[in-house]
Amino acid sequence: MTADPRAADPRAADTRAVVPLDPSLAPPGTRAFRDAGGIPADQWHADQNGETLVPTHCCFCGVQCGMYLRVDRGGKVFGVEPRNHDINRMRLCPKGINAYQQVNHPDRLTAPLMRRSRDEDFREVSWDEALDFTVAEIKRIQQTHGNDAFGLLGGASLFSEKTYLVGKFARVALKSRHVDYNGRLCMVSAAGANKLAFGIDRAGNPFSDILLTDCLLIAGSNVGECFPVMTQYVWGARDRGASLIVIDPRETAIARTADIHVALKPGTDSAFFNAVLNVVIEEGLTDETYLAAHATGWAEVKAKAAEYPPSRSAEICGVPAEQIVQVARTFARAPKAMAWHARGIEHHSQGVENCLTVINLCAATGHIGKPGAGYGTITGQGNGQGGREHGQKSDLLPGGRSIVNEEHRRQICEIWGIEESELPPAGTSMMEMVWQMQRREIRGLIGICNNPFVSLPNYKVVKEGYDATEFHAQFDFFLSETAANAHVVFPVTTWAEDEGVMANAEARVVKHNKAQDPPPGVRTDTWVMCELAKRLGAGDKFAFTDSREVFDELRIASAGTVNDYYGITYERLEETGGIAWPCPSTDHPGTPRLFEDGRTYHPDGKIHMQVVEWHPPMDPYDDEHPMSLTTGRTVAHFLSGNQTRRLGALVEQTPRPWAEIHPSHGFRNGEPVRVVTRRGSEVFPALVTEAIRPDTVFIPYHWPVPTSANALTIDALDPRSKIPEYKVCACRIEHAEKIDEVPAPPVAPGHVAYPETQVSRTDPLPPTSPQGRGTSERS
Amino acid sequence: MMGRTIFIDPGRCIGCQACVSACRECDSHRGKSMIHLDYTDEGQSVASLPTVCMHCEDPVAPCAEVCPADAILVTADGVVQQADTTRCIGCANCVNACPFGVPKIDLQAKLQMKCNLCYDRTAYGLAPMCATVCPTGALFYGTVEELQAERPGVQVADTFVFGESEVRTGVAMVVPADKVQWPVPGGLPVVEINGKDVRR
Repeated sequence: MTADPRAADPRAADTRAVVPLDPSLAPPGTRAFRDAGGIPADQWHADQNGETLVPTHCCFCGVQCGMYLRVDRGGKVFGVEPRNHDINRMRLCPKGINAYQQVNHPDRLTAPLMRRSRDEDFREVSWDEALDFTVAEIKRIQQTHGNDAFGLLGGASLFSEKTYLVGKFARVALKSRHVDYNGRLCMVSAAGANKLAFGIDRAGNPFSDILLTDCLLIAGSNVGECFPVMTQYVWGARDRGASLIVIDPRETAIARTADIHVALKPGTDSAFFNAVLNVVIEEGLTDETYLAAHATGWAEVKAKAAEYPPSRSAEICGVPAEQIVQVARTFARAPKAMAWHARGIEHHSQGVENCLTVINLCAATGHIGKPGAGYGTITGQGNGQGGREHGQKSDLLPGGRSIVNEEHRRQICEIWGIEESELPPAGTSMMEMVWQMQRREIRGLIGICNNPFVSLPNYKVVKEGYDATEFHAQFDFFLSETAANAHVVFPVTTWAEDEGVMANAEARVVKHNKAQDPPPGVRTDTWVMCELAKRLGAGDKFAFTDSREVFDELRIASAGTVNDYYGITYERLEETGGIAWPCPSTDHPGTPRLFEDGRTYHPDGKIHMQVVEWHPPMDPYDDEHPMSLTTGRTVAHFLSGNQTRRLGALVEQTPRPWAEIHPSHGFRNGEPVRVVTRRGSEVFPALVTEAIRPDTVFIPYHWPVPTSANALTIDALDPRSKIPEYKVCACRIEHAEKIDEVPAPPVAPGHVAYPETQVSRTDPLPPTSPQGRGTSERS
Repeated sequence: MMGRTIFIDPGRCIGCQACVSACRECDSHRGKSMIHLDYTDEGQSVASLPTVCMHCEDPVAPCAEVCPADAILVTADGVVQQADTTRCIGCANCVNACPFGVPKIDLQAKLQMKCNLCYDRTAYGLAPMCATVCPTGALFYGTVEELQAERPGVQVADTFVFGESEVRTGVAMVVPADKVQWPVPGGLPVVEINGKDVRR
């Protein structure tokens, strides 16, 4: 062992075995050959080039894999290196591997863009001019139409510190009630259901519990594509002999080898789970002792389940009744069972109710709060969990406090140093805000880290709403489709240029570190919000210089609440690799698993089971529109695609969307197919596969019009969580002439679109189509 | 089979192409991926499997065997290296010889490229980039004992038969425990050559 003088490499902790080298094994010319005798495995390529590795996490989904960013001698991020972090144990998905390419991408915005009306072209201006114009417009609109005429839309890919600032900025600096965030499109249904049933809004168990379970039920989640790194836990459970139940209209990569794959009709989840509960009750598989001690509302739930015999639900869901019985027996008889779900059951006009039926099933079988038994929901966005805990949501204040609760309002006003009368009331949800823009009730808007032109349903309405605003500013690091419609665009940092925390799907708070300085002309979102607040006259409430100061205020603001972050500090996060909230004191280890003592966070400590009645989706089927359209993600892209549609490797992997249909419709693979709904119609290449229900069409939604699934989806909302019904609407398919071309991503004036993104988007599907869903034509 | 090697388990593959992206990041051929991700039953199923170089040991790898320039060298620990750039003449003999369809030719550079088991990483005890990042363990790097400790009852095969020829490989493939047959059929048998039926 020769000690290396550069041993300060952070990978020291990740060292696997040090393999003593036999010089004869090493190719001449390699350092291995020179240093034969072995040097620590973690220093193999922090070579003579002065490279450093910065430990951080991925910027994309709710798994929050750890990774190192490789930084060269000039302080620039140029690569990625796997990191042996608790969550992912070196594993990464293609998005995570290519994420670093955003940081020094040629399409980065590096100067504020501004125009006084939408007829003009953008021009690059100084920060002062952009900020002053924005503040002047805010003041003009608010003085003429009232404070609530100006809205703020945040995002759940922001660090928690920034989400806290978004909420505070809206209520203290803008003094407007209209603040919401794009997590409204993500998992608020689960949030609503968790709050109702458990009084706490987070997954009950950590990922590692999946490895201990005997039966894993995954509902409405394409884990293999949307949370690939979570698959290691699913397969790990299977290695131990756990049974796997997957509920999804498509045969996804994890459904392929599942013990039971229930390919139900979109929009029928609650009927299915009610019937499963019905069988569990009929066969005497309920855990009555658990229910008597830990649940309320069981009698009513039981009575409702009686109305859903398998024969009835089988008809509603379009699945064999035997499958329902099989699922019930497998889940209820397992000594330890877990249910995880994601957007598949949440993106519905009955999203909250769908989640409640899953909770009812877990509670009725006593599978709650034990190692390997419990209930979890997988967050879609990196900070989907943390993004709604700190006051970014229209009805919540920091620490998950309710904005209508007087006691909660008082506490926050004290921390913020404002009068209670100054704190605005609850606002409306993201989609409702767009409707208000259409009606001219909201006339000005700032959007931070979101891209509604791609991600909100019913594009026509969204475009009208945004076009109707008198002033619109966006914060982003690429010119997104939404930013291209704005008056002012502020160039802000990527996740690698600032530090901050995010909470992943297990509610584990992890810290992202700064790997490089932002390019010249780029500022952090924190700085921009504080500058705007200063100019709006609330500078004393926004005297923050960095994330750490914001985080300290956030900790105090969450102390004593259910979402307690008080005991979490940057230092602790750096040492531990993540702490699950609630964590009330600095010596508290965090709470990876909830309800271990059998108590929920309701005052009575019980699970409040809720009665759920199934109702059909909001978009009715008729002879014109007999099929269901459902949407989702593909592994190479993330949400609205603004971060991924410019990265060469990911564009090459999945250059364009497609319409996945069953061979029974008589289409050939790659043939143009027009998908028609009541909102519009678009043409996609057909992807003909037996891995989808014959009555269902699937389109991935990462692209803008004219190839946007969300030009077709319906803007119907869940009455409780206000989540749009992305996952089901009525449609028909027709033969078409020509496939719609994917537009190139917008770029700032004077920039040339990055050549790597100029992949031909008009070609029919590549020979190996996404996920091998190719063609069912046998040669 | 080598001591520490890659094990491919198609049953775990989700077709996400993390290995393909990771292979591009590898410093020995940065920007180019050497992994082939194949769909075995397109249109019927989403089944997929990654193909990395199998590092054949038969007694020397077919690609190295047919190389007229002796450019493909095999290390003492059984890793079949990428063609030595000072020797390779870009003739593509190796491409034709490989029963797994692994090597690629960079036509502009007139050089062969292929997976060399991330020798710059494995020489130091790190796993190759693809097996490091694979989210599902469809690509696993380690010894067969480590694999079996992690996945009880797993069966692997390192001998494949192509028509008349048997090929032993350094990289092994996980096979269904209830269908272990030796050798594993590695491809379709040759049925005709130049229009003539050659089946016996």
